[in-house]
Amino acid sequence: MTDTSQQLTGQQALGQQGVGEPVPQRRAPIGDTPQRRAMLKRLKRRPSVKGSLIALFLIVVIGLTLPFFAPQNPYDLTSFSVMDNRLAPGSESFEGTRFLLGTDQQGRDMLSAIFYGLRVSLLVGLVSTGLALVIGVCVGLVAAVMGGRIEAMLMRLVDFILGFPTILVALVMLAMIGRGVDKVILAIVVVQWANYARIMRSAALSERRREYVEAAFNLGYGKPRVMFRHIMPNSLNAVLVVATVQIASAITLEATLSFLGVGVPVTQPSLGLLVASGFDYLMSGDYWISLYPGIALLVLIFSLNLVGDRLRTALDPKRS
Amino acid sequence: MLDTTTQAPDAVPETVMELRGLEREFARKPVLAERLMKLVGKAPDTPSLKAVRSVDFAIREGEVLGLVGESGCGKSTLGRMITGIIPPTGGAVTYQGADISAMKGQALKDFTLGVQMIFQDPYASLNPRQRVGEILAEPLRVHGLATDKADIRRRVDAALTEVGLDTSYRDRYPHQFSGGQRQRIGIARALIVEPSFLVCDEPIAALDVSIQAQVINLFLALRAKRNLTYLFISHDLSVVRHIADRVAIMYLGKIVEMAPAQEIFANPAHPYTRTLLEQIPSVKNRKRHFEAVKGEIPSPHKPPSGCAFHPRCPMATARCRAEAPVTREIAPGRTVSCHLHDAN
Repeated sequence: MTDTSQQLTGQQALGQQGVGEPVPQRRAPIGDTPQRRAMLKRLKRRPSVKGSLIALFLIVVIGLTLPFFAPQNPYDLTSFSVMDNRLAPGSESFEGTRFLLGTDQQGRDMLSAIFYGLRVSLLVGLVSTGLALVIGVCVGLVAAVMGGRIEAMLMRLVDFILGFPTILVALVMLAMIGRGVDKVILAIVVVQWANYARIMRSAALSERRREYVEAAFNLGYGKPRVMFRHIMPNSLNAVLVVATVQIASAITLEATLSFLGVGVPVTQPSLGLLVASGFDYLMSGDYWISLYPGIALLVLIFSLNLVGDRLRTALDPKRS
Repeated sequence: MLDTTTQAPDAVPETVMELRGLEREFARKPVLAERLMKLVGKAPDTPSLKAVRSVDFAIREGEVLGLVGESGCGKSTLGRMITGIIPPTGGAVTYQGADISAMKGQALKDFTLGVQMIFQDPYASLNPRQRVGEILAEPLRVHGLATDKADIRRRVDAALTEVGLDTSYRDRYPHQFSGGQRQRIGIARALIVEPSFLVCDEPIAALDVSIQAQVINLFLALRAKRNLTYLFISHDLSVVRHIADRVAIMYLGKIVEMAPAQEIFANPAHPYTRTLLEQIPSVKNRKRHFEAVKGEIPSPHKPPSGCAFHPRCPMATARCRAEAPVTREIAPGRTVSCHLHDAN
């Protein structure tokens, strides 16, 4: 925390990674055009973005190197004791270890639970967004290039899905297939891919009319090649920006579902479930069980949104 | 000696491309309400646009045919039908004797590679995310024209050199080049598959005047070297003058006059050709600015009655308003469609 130079290099590494990361194609020159580099520079100059990037970086590092940071493994039932339940922040345990953020009703260390919860939340957010992105991009591309009946059918399906409130669809799905991290991811993918499909289609439609696409068809390239090698790399920008913001909304959705009791199982608490489990004790003054996971969730979503929003501004040529 | 040189062009060159009654209509797809009304039998006509209306001509091997007309007259649509990007809604295009819409397999591949296109906008016609080397190597790889790396590299370098670019440009992106250089890359991309026919859709309209001449010279040099046939589309007669052997003048989807280049410039037969020629800026008659032909080009949604040019024609008569002229041959190799030439 005190070594600023290390933080800066870490933040730079994340800045480049964060933009290059969700690009699902090989050898894409997306990372190294001069415009892209200038954009990254603009992005990193803003202090609020700097703060968010640092926070995100710390969260990712903590999520990846959990055993070093977490004093306790909240998944391991033998590592904590019910004797320590609902201890206030800073108090000592039965065996003498200190709980910086207190414990929950089962005697779990809140700090460790939050770290593990962050990992679950991040995993759900990233994986579901990634899968939804891949599906949405493919559907949008196919709709834009094929046109006709295929396009009409795909886009009506998209309209159908977007016509329902997301939370309702996810709730119904989970009520049918049960709880679990994989099932939550599936539910989020089902409700989110349509967003990407719609954006991708409109971006691909405008790219399709450009002469280089005509030239590609004229050179006798097949439709899949033109779609994935020519149209896709040129229309991904818009979708990627939306995706960064959508990671945050996927995490929120997961937290909401877990809070409502249909999300992840109790044995693998996510941030939303932690907030939910503390909810019962809020009135008896044990605020920490809900408050600290809530703050962690807030910081995570706030930084993701800020970075995504600034990314959109930086990518918009009219405002640079 | 003199005899043989003059004989050569007379030895009737083969027809490469032939258009017969070629038509293209663009119609908006009927919306649901209109389709329902059609079921009831009360459908209003959906508006349609006839971009190309019954065009017949042949392009001979090794010639440069200039296609000239104002913007919106359908010349680009015609060019795209010849390359097969847009299918015609009527008539047919034959390439080396075969109808291109019926082509399959090897014949289709020969046609696709044999007929290439140079596009108007050099800023839009190259994929901004591909390096120049990838742009040029892709057609070779896709069609298996060269498989091993060294061979591909050699042919990419050869193509770059041929259009007058440095081989080190291979690793750059299109946005790092000027318009003229990009157009050269576009030409190299078309040439790398060794076509015999090039459709050039206003290839120099988007370039600086100083660059235009260079690119025209490149076209001429390539033609001599590779025995290429061109369909050279332009809105500017003065550009076509430098490069074309024959010129076709297009107005509102129809060819109104077609003649060898010298004759059309020396003695234009159609009033529209005459007005176009008068618009060319020249030092001699102190005309320095390009002016469009008087009056608006009529909407192709609602073409005028009779001869499509009559609302703007200085010599229009009652007959022009009522009756569409037929295309007739007024001299060997010269066709015109205008009532003024009926008497002769």
